[in-house]
Amino acid sequence: MLSHLPILQVIVPLLAAPACLLLDRARAAWLFACMASLVSVVISGLLVFQVHQFGVLSYSLGGWDAPWGIEYRIDLLSAYVLLIVSGIGALMMLAANTAIRIEIPPERQPLFYVLYLLCLAGLLGIVATGDIFNVFVFLEISSLATYALIAQGRDRRALWAAYQYLIVGTIGATFILIGIGFLYSLTGTLNMQDLANRLPQLENSATAFTAFAFLMVGVCLKLALFPLHLWLPNAYAYAPSIVTAFLAATATKVAVYLLIRFHFSVFGVGFAASVLPLHSIFLALGLAGVFVASLVAIQQPNVKRLFAYSSVAQIGYMIIGIGIGSATGLQATLLHLFNHALMKGALFLALAAVVFRFGSADIRHFAGLGQRMPWTMAVIVIGGLSLIGVPGTVGFISKWYLVLAAFERDWWPLIIAVLLGSLLAVIYIWRLVEVAYFWKGEDEVCREAPLSLLIPTAILALANIYFGIDTRLPVYLSDSAAQMLFGVGP
Amino acid sequence: MLPELYNYWVVIVLMMIGFYIVIVQGNLIKKLIGLNIFQTSVFIFYISVGKVADGSAPILAEGVNVYSNPLPHVLILTAIVVGIATMALALALVIRIKNAYGTVEEEELQERDLQC
Amino acid sequence: MTALLALQLTLIVPLCGALLIALCGRWPNLREAVTLSTAGLLFYLVIQVFGAVERGGDEAAALYVELWQILPGLHIALHSEPLSILFALVASGLWIVTSVYSIGYMRANQEKRQTQFYVCFAVAIFGAMGVAFAANLLTLFLFYEILTLSTYPLVAHKGDDKARAGARTYLGILLATSIGLFLPAMMWTYFVAGTLDFRPGGILDGNIGGIGATILLLMFMFGIGKAALIPVHRWLPAAMVAPTPVSALLHAVAVVKAGVFTIAKVVIYIFGLDFLVDVPHEVIAVYIAGFTIVVASILALRQTNIKRMLAYSTVSQLSYIVLAVLVLTPLSEIGAIVHIVAHAVAKITLFFAAGAIYIASKKTEINQLDGIGFRMPITMGAFAIAALSMIGVPPTGGFVSKWYMIAGAFQIDSYFVLIVLTLSTGLNAAYFLPIIFRAYFRKESVAPPKPHGEAPLPMVGAICITALLTLAVFFLNGPLVAFEMAVLGVPR
Repeated sequence: MLSHLPILQVIVPLLAAPACLLLDRARAAWLFACMASLVSVVISGLLVFQVHQFGVLSYSLGGWDAPWGIEYRIDLLSAYVLLIVSGIGALMMLAANTAIRIEIPPERQPLFYVLYLLCLAGLLGIVATGDIFNVFVFLEISSLATYALIAQGRDRRALWAAYQYLIVGTIGATFILIGIGFLYSLTGTLNMQDLANRLPQLENSATAFTAFAFLMVGVCLKLALFPLHLWLPNAYAYAPSIVTAFLAATATKVAVYLLIRFHFSVFGVGFAASVLPLHSIFLALGLAGVFVASLVAIQQPNVKRLFAYSSVAQIGYMIIGIGIGSATGLQATLLHLFNHALMKGALFLALAAVVFRFGSADIRHFAGLGQRMPWTMAVIVIGGLSLIGVPGTVGFISKWYLVLAAFERDWWPLIIAVLLGSLLAVIYIWRLVEVAYFWKGEDEVCREAPLSLLIPTAILALANIYFGIDTRLPVYLSDSAAQMLFGVGP
Repeated sequence: MLPELYNYWVVIVLMMIGFYIVIVQGNLIKKLIGLNIFQTSVFIFYISVGKVADGSAPILAEGVNVYSNPLPHVLILTAIVVGIATMALALALVIRIKNAYGTVEEEELQERDLQC
Repeated sequence: MTALLALQLTLIVPLCGALLIALCGRWPNLREAVTLSTAGLLFYLVIQVFGAVERGGDEAAALYVELWQILPGLHIALHSEPLSILFALVASGLWIVTSVYSIGYMRANQEKRQTQFYVCFAVAIFGAMGVAFAANLLTLFLFYEILTLSTYPLVAHKGDDKARAGARTYLGILLATSIGLFLPAMMWTYFVAGTLDFRPGGILDGNIGGIGATILLLMFMFGIGKAALIPVHRWLPAAMVAPTPVSALLHAVAVVKAGVFTIAKVVIYIFGLDFLVDVPHEVIAVYIAGFTIVVASILALRQTNIKRMLAYSTVSQLSYIVLAVLVLTPLSEIGAIVHIVAHAVAKITLFFAAGAIYIASKKTEINQLDGIGFRMPITMGAFAIAALSMIGVPPTGGFVSKWYMIAGAFQIDSYFVLIVLTLSTGLNAAYFLPIIFRAYFRKESVAPPKPHGEAPLPMVGAICITALLTLAVFFLNGPLVAFEMAVLGVPR
């Protein structure tokens, strides 16, 4: 059994999805889905442990050896991301039953769990697989499930947002497909490890550069890098709140993982350096994303949109980490993968609680929320402090490493820019806090969020603080992964 | 160069047509058509790359020594299925949008959103 | 009870106290008792640590405990040395007095949300203790922020629009300076020095060049917004919307003292006095501090509201401390440290008096104070003593600190410092003496809503204690100065 863990990681949610279809009642479907996602977490944990003990795990699907067959390849980076995705997936699932009660009509609720599990399976598959076409397939699985999930939102604009995301996402996936096609025509293999071995000899081939370009653009569309981020605010704002929470904490992280995988493992760091100042482009776009998105976030009246733009800014930070081009920079990005999942997971779950009580996340509903929903607001404050990067929270740790990486290169303007970004975050968080704690609320009576929503939210919020102080696990994992990707460590 | 690489030219032309339609067209259905053309161009690309000179169809048969590469065919079958699923989902979304907004034209959609 | 254990308990006790206070919210008398006993216990613990520091030797050197490592090179650690124990003594001792005063004030004024008030107070003291005993810059920064966040609800306590606006300014300036300047300065220090520990002689010597050191120093000075240098001083007058007990302790003692304490620690233990002497343009910092002293005094002169005048006076007095620290001679350092204590007790007396006047007569403006000395002789007497301390007249504590500051200025022949000190003494007299004159030598011109005498007993009692402390600093200045010599390692 243990040797089959890599494939089980994907199969468990994938098979659980149609099984949910058979269970017609919402509550039964929910319980089953919870079990499936918890099993996924356990598997991820075991995989991390195994990789730590034995090194890279390689699993051949159907007994066909790589590079002819499809290989599932779990190294430290994959295991790390798998843990993040499955962990968030399970936590969100625990809260899902309550969160969708007002947003999705009862007869469609079992279908919601089917879609959720399919999305989870797709995301896990992207990370677990070592075959490049398999990546495309799972990417599309998760994307299709995502489009359908977003369209479940109550507001009719959710349909339009889902449609837009579908168009953009399909273009992105098709670009990736083109890239894969070029690579295949050049090397004859679809296995990522094999590609990595063959590509250095083809370094000056125009086809390889074209493939690289298509792949990069396709992935950047998926990861909402500025200026390809325009689908994200609408999609996050109008989707059901639990969907936003799940996606914000996982989907873009997996896309960043894919970027790192292509950039470091398959093509090698210096690949495009002779043709394109790729790292400078990443730095520029990342910084632009941070500033533009933060500035727009400050003016949003809908809090979900506010945090959606904030997510674009945080993704900008991750790209800056890659753009710095050192192991420390990459470690900062990897740490931020983990930390952002915790931060945005907590924030969007808290927003789900607000939506549950008020029906929308407009900032007017936040007036006086500090007295009426104190625990939910406490979570938002903690998440907000983490976004700003106050020491004692997890956000500080990733900012620290980012600044450390910039400092190692003596890039002072970058350090100042990163810290200015933090100050912008202070502005939009503070707006929220002020309305919540110091404005009089409207007369509608409202109680604190139900426990089933509050507990997963609190867990994530406490994780923000815990991992901000006890940083051993994420720092160790990200450090080893970064070293390995740069070809230094084991 | 030109005559031998005609397949790439077809691919590029189709890809650009499809892309152009997606971006420029305001009608949601037409956008999907453009998307479809765009995806199809990629399928053609793969399959045409898989052709081996003097190779026949990749089905085992007596007396045939050179086969075209079957792998791209397999990949494209998968991609076609993905494309169909995407199209089905997209069309379902368009129907829902039509029911909710009463139109499938992009500009009218945005107008009606602004009115609300 | 070992001193080391006492050191760690000084953080735990106020935090547990806050929890207990929250739980006892429904029984006011019990709640007040918890506050007072927590404050008393804390003071006892600080005395224990003080004993170990005073005895010196191995026991004092061993007062270091590392609580947790966040990242390699970044720890949360506590230690105690003479400067920190002094701040801790001031903060914990005055917490007791302020709690007594608060009980009188809050009950007389029938304030709402008293439990929230006492809980936030306790958490703020927790922050102050953490700042005092921080062994490195990261720990200090963490507790500095805890202090900011926990005092925000206290500033906004009244809950009306003015309170919210004031609290917004308060939080805005303090957070912006700490995250925008203090945090980068801290990171910069770490990257050049490899550590953030407070060490005698500083950690920057040899690690950073001249211009860089000047910029870093300025970043720290403005980043430590709680020290209220112009132009980051605006939060202090804005925070006067808070109830007087809040203004008294936090803005006359804990919050602003944490600010100047931090600057002192940074100058002495991060930069190192000898290193800073060689840094070019360090004198810019001196000019900024001097500028603040004079300008704030002029602004104080123009105020008509008692508390706002006291706020600007605080801005000015804080810069005395910063100025003296930056003069970098042993004598002026001593002056700075003595002034931390002297200003604390004098300012708190002044604020207590202002609060007492408000409670008794509902008066808030200076021009309403004619003849109030006859109705409230004890309060105004204490006010007079404290005002004399601000001006620097014997036999008050303010005289001692001014003496040392002037002596320190003479050591380096700094005419700028001497002029600033003289000018500001005159300005201080200009805005304090008229009040005393009005109170005692004019007939009452503005009748109070109803006839009144002194404020309630707890408030008057607290005022007397702090006024006596002001005098005590003068008479006991010997041991105090000797103790602080140890900070600088200067033989007597």
